[in-house]
Amino acid sequence: MAAAGAQLTSEPIDKLTAGDEAIIVRNLNYTVPEKRILQDISMTVVRGEIVAVMGKSGSGKTTLLKCLAGLIKPTSGQIFLFGQDIAPLTEAQLDDVRLKIGLVFQYAALFDSLSVYDNVSFGVVNHRRAGRRETKQLVADRLADVGMEGTEALFPSQLSGGMQKRVGLARALAMEPSVLLYDEPTSGLDPVIAHSIDDLIVETRDRHGMTSVVVSHDIASIFRIADRIVMVDEGAIIASGTPAEIRASNNPQVREFISQE
Amino acid sequence: MATRTASEGEQFPRRPGPGPVVAAPAGPGMIITLLVFLGETGILAGRAIGFLLRGRLHLRNTLLQMAAIGVDSLPIVLASCLSTGAVYAFYTSDIFVRFGAVNFVGGTLTLSFLLELGPVLAGVNVASRSGAAIAAEIGSMVVTEQVDALRAMAVSPIRYLVTPRLVACVLMMPIVCVFADLAGIAGCYIMAAGHGVPGQAFIESARTFASADDMLKGMIKTVVFGFLIATIACQQGLRTKGGATGVGRSTTSSVVICVVLIFVSDFFLAQMLRGASVTVK
Repeated sequence: MAAAGAQLTSEPIDKLTAGDEAIIVRNLNYTVPEKRILQDISMTVVRGEIVAVMGKSGSGKTTLLKCLAGLIKPTSGQIFLFGQDIAPLTEAQLDDVRLKIGLVFQYAALFDSLSVYDNVSFGVVNHRRAGRRETKQLVADRLADVGMEGTEALFPSQLSGGMQKRVGLARALAMEPSVLLYDEPTSGLDPVIAHSIDDLIVETRDRHGMTSVVVSHDIASIFRIADRIVMVDEGAIIASGTPAEIRASNNPQVREFISQE
Repeated sequence: MATRTASEGEQFPRRPGPGPVVAAPAGPGMIITLLVFLGETGILAGRAIGFLLRGRLHLRNTLLQMAAIGVDSLPIVLASCLSTGAVYAFYTSDIFVRFGAVNFVGGTLTLSFLLELGPVLAGVNVASRSGAAIAAEIGSMVVTEQVDALRAMAVSPIRYLVTPRLVACVLMMPIVCVFADLAGIAGCYIMAAGHGVPGQAFIESARTFASADDMLKGMIKTVVFGFLIATIACQQGLRTKGGATGVGRSTTSSVVICVVLIFVSDFFLAQMLRGASVTVK
């Protein structure tokens, strides 16, 4: 298991070869005037794997995720997405990168003035990727992927939390991204729904072959879905490895955290 | 999480910015806050206009905003202008009648409404009704990460949210102003008639003293007011931090700043438009 703050921590699952990395983060720092949110984060995510970033609330997980999505500009460091460093890109340049990334928000962040159909088709329509008939079929397919068939006419306020997260995932999938980033996908959900979301994350990866980064503090969920786990505490990586390695860790912070399972 | 409150509008500074201008403490802090506000508002307006000039206007959103800003504001504008016109005529008609200047009533009241009261009342009402709604809607979208969702899908929040509102406000304000003028003058007419001013004298006086030029000057003022309302409301909305409290703060700031700037800009616009002829001869 890699040590805290190590360069390119977390060795890939098995056969990492050049070009297999979907995301490489090097010495990433993000500070605000009062606080250092991320400290020297380095990690690699291999194509097609599910990496879970776990840690306590306020440990910097979501900030890391938003840096990966290009929503927050890091103070220093590099983020390579399929070989391209996105850290120095301008907002306009980042738009091309963002088309390769799907982001599933903690509270779904569905557009509440739009129907489920308009939410799921939003990216496709705004980027004029498909005609009306193809869009309709695409929305139906993506909603079927997440088990939300026939909900096109509903509005977000008519959906439960779990349903909103499913629609949020369908919206992200509609853009056919290469990387999916999940922010606390199971938080606030009952165990049954949380389990179904976990299954959905794995199924989505298996079906579409997408690289996934899941930020969560739901330990049971993390151990169910992750190929590798990175633990973050106070903005720094304190441990990383396979679920088995994390379970066997002697790091007291890791032990304390996973003992809450 | 640490960044729940870090959701910021597109291309806004990534550092925690100062609070609302209206809540800034006096002294150097206020000057910095004011400069940041002016800089952000200017950049936002520039980028919004940039999308418009490149022909990247979101037509559906623009039409929806035109309906929201124009049509939805009309009842409150009509009610306030009608009653203000009536009250204005109530106080002035008696004096004019007492001094035998009945023939000046219609002209004075109409001119006042076309040049000043109509545009300013329309501006203040739209700022209070639609400007507040814009700030609250965008603020809510910021705190619920919907603005981040737009950016994550490579859709510019400025193009999607700001430009349509700016265009709608600038286009609809002069139309709202015409209705404000008509309602105000109607209120004046009704009240003046009740105080001994013959209707024919009122109309003749209005025709003599007021012209289309005066009406257009008022409408030009409202174009500027519309630009200010949309830009400030969007800037305050995108600046929202925190939850419901933050949305409330942004909404209040938006209305206060808009109303103050409408009055201030009205003073300068009145100077600029004084003596100028805006109609084609």
